[in-house]
Amino acid sequence: MSTDLEQFYEIFFEESSELLADMETCLLRLDVNSPDLEDLNAIFRAAHSIKGGAGTFGFTDMTETTHMLETLLDKLRKGELEVRSEMVDAFLKAGDVIKEQLAGHRGEGQADPAAAAAICEELKKLSEEVQAPAREIPIINTKAEILSAENEIAIDEIRPVLIDDSSELTYCIEFSNDGMSNMAIENLFANLKQLGIVENNTPKNEKELCKLKLITSNSEEDVWETLAFVVDPANLRIEVDSSDSVKVNVTETRIPDATHADVESLVEEDVCATTPMPPAPGYGFFPGAPAAPKDIDGSEFNLNLPQQHSVSNNKNELQAASNKPSNKANTATPANEASSIRVSVEKVDQMINLVGELVITQAMLAQTVSQFDPVVFEKLHSGMSQLERNTRDLQESVMSIRMMPISFVFSRYPRVVRDLASKLNKRVELKTVGESTELDKSLIEKIADPLTHLVRNSLDHGIETPERRIAVGKVAQGTITLRAFHQGGSIVIEVSDDGAGLNRGKILAKARERGLPVHDGMTDQEVWLLIFEAGFSTAEAVTDVSGRGVGMDVVKRNIQSMGGRIDIESVFGVGTRISIRLPLTLAILDGLSVAVGDQMFIVPLNYITESLQPSAADIKTVSGHGRVVQVRGEYLPVIALYEVFNLRPNVTAVHEGILVILEAEGCKAALFVDDLVGQHQVVIKSLESNYRRVQGVSGATIMGDGKVALILDTAALVLSSQQEIV
Amino acid sequence: MAKTILAVDDSASIRQMVAFTLKGAGYEVIEAVDGQDALDKANAYKVNLVLTDINMPRMDGLKLLELLRKLSHYKAIPILMLTTESGDEMKAKGRAAGATGWLVKPFDPKRLLEVISKVIG
Repeated sequence: MSTDLEQFYEIFFEESSELLADMETCLLRLDVNSPDLEDLNAIFRAAHSIKGGAGTFGFTDMTETTHMLETLLDKLRKGELEVRSEMVDAFLKAGDVIKEQLAGHRGEGQADPAAAAAICEELKKLSEEVQAPAREIPIINTKAEILSAENEIAIDEIRPVLIDDSSELTYCIEFSNDGMSNMAIENLFANLKQLGIVENNTPKNEKELCKLKLITSNSEEDVWETLAFVVDPANLRIEVDSSDSVKVNVTETRIPDATHADVESLVEEDVCATTPMPPAPGYGFFPGAPAAPKDIDGSEFNLNLPQQHSVSNNKNELQAASNKPSNKANTATPANEASSIRVSVEKVDQMINLVGELVITQAMLAQTVSQFDPVVFEKLHSGMSQLERNTRDLQESVMSIRMMPISFVFSRYPRVVRDLASKLNKRVELKTVGESTELDKSLIEKIADPLTHLVRNSLDHGIETPERRIAVGKVAQGTITLRAFHQGGSIVIEVSDDGAGLNRGKILAKARERGLPVHDGMTDQEVWLLIFEAGFSTAEAVTDVSGRGVGMDVVKRNIQSMGGRIDIESVFGVGTRISIRLPLTLAILDGLSVAVGDQMFIVPLNYITESLQPSAADIKTVSGHGRVVQVRGEYLPVIALYEVFNLRPNVTAVHEGILVILEAEGCKAALFVDDLVGQHQVVIKSLESNYRRVQGVSGATIMGDGKVALILDTAALVLSSQQEIV
Repeated sequence: MAKTILAVDDSASIRQMVAFTLKGAGYEVIEAVDGQDALDKANAYKVNLVLTDINMPRMDGLKLLELLRKLSHYKAIPILMLTTESGDEMKAKGRAAGATGWLVKPFDPKRLLEVISKVIG
């Protein structure tokens, strides 16, 4: 069957990775002081599922590790042991080991067996620590001991049910304990005690036969069921005590279905059977259960239960047998896999590209059709408008496939922060806000590394040690906040901390030392941006976390390559906030096409607040700084597009053209163009990959008429106008 | 007509492997991801056998068993537990909830078919 199994490997790998991630999330969420039972159950279930799969697929190393994990978790969720933080550490470590093992089976790298052995040992130690204090009854090692112990205490047992003495019967029970584990016998006694008073009459020297007396008001069938469940029915004999008036051979009367004849015939030979049991089949049927096979033949089915116990002597099984799930969690992650499919990203990307092309084709068609008389070609026109609607819907739904919540990235940081904080002896709480904010998948992937760097940086350089924090009057625990939200057409991701803040003097001194062109009159913003210079670090000591000055420049480069910007706000002694602003998607945008001379430009629609034709009186000239326009009492710098790109415009007087009011980065500016042409959805084609980066242009697109139009980098234009004014 | 089996497991790999094994042997297979899902599907399709995991989110296998046995169609339908937990207590609970039998994970496809053929032929 091995070839058949392989086709399920991939599913198992995917599933296990997800389960491990879920497990980690729950572990990190777990409050050691008041653990949430639901979380513990969810963690247990994850370990349990991985173990089941790993066992089925023959990944024994994973089975072993998950088994140890499961054992300890089971004790925790059953309240046999208090959750301690070193356990959570061990669980996380075990999760890492399992991840490695998983990668090993996937053919990615090699798992370290020593690490697995070490973590197994650690988990084992932790779970054994529990056992000693949790059990009040000493661990009984031999059957004889169990039996004698039962003998001493059984009589004092309080009957759990009100017993009507008149109907009380005494049963003599005899069964062969051959092949039964101590635990099985122990359990059996416990079960019988539920029914009534148990008296152990097993002779001390008797090794294979147990003799009991049970005084109970329960029916013989109940007694039979309790016993038959654990003891091979063929090896069991229950009789009503001879001192009672009625004597019944229970074996004959109480087997509820056709199997009794077979069983009866087996009784004699099997009670005395000394031959070793055949290997356990690993399955069994409950006699008398609905739809149980009618042809239960002793050799295969009636022997199952005791055989199972002989397997229980195996260490693993013994552990499994002790996993008595008390109350099952009904919540945790709702399984939604049945209603989702996995597709490769390439397929989705291909679809997005094709839709992009479709949008262009549709725009071209629309342009052609617009030349036809709408009265004569009414159907053509209505068909076109329907096509446009459909294209837009299609495009939106295709784009939404690629959108993923940012929690995919955020979810990894609790672990990062936790590990790093303990390494640095700092106390840090990580808050995440706006995890459901959606972002293009390609951006999600690219943002992870820079964000990790920023978080680590905040923790290492930003948050102070608890002693230092207390000394400056802050709470000992620092806070790092990850926040994501939409703003206009962008998504903003902020990493903020309530740590020491950036030290302007130190940064300037360091910059001078490195020979960077700095002066004391620089704005804070400019000073902060120095930390993005290559090789810049103000840390006194180089730690293995950060301090080598490698990274912040890479962070900035990464963010910029995604078409994003990075800003820093910092107050010394109060904290730092680094915000990353990214475009929502890289593929398509809504734009307003504007004309300057014979050129066409696209202005991203979400930067535009309004368009207007100013009167000549509203235009003012600021000497040396160009023109400004007064819009409802507010003076805005005028950016003449023809000047930026050195074009020959149709109009040069501002009041003869159109002003498009742009808002970006909290600043406003008026873009002066000849004319507005129309609103389009445009497919962004990278100018960088096809040509090179051009200042003021973020990309290009193909218009309906087949001409290329440049997409303006609005934010850069607005900012450059601000610098001119200041 | 081919017999229909409802395979219930929250682990997709196990579930699909069970389904694959059973389909290979000519059974119709309906998959369910947890007890609740299974109960819904058991109501919608009158299956000939239910094979369920015990430890599952939302609704575990024992609760499923209990609820299934209350449905007229499932009073006498074989319901097998496929579970890693082979302890006595689990078996007792399974039995009390109305299970026909049990099968220990990790399962061997051949044995699975063998056991199933014993109950529904």
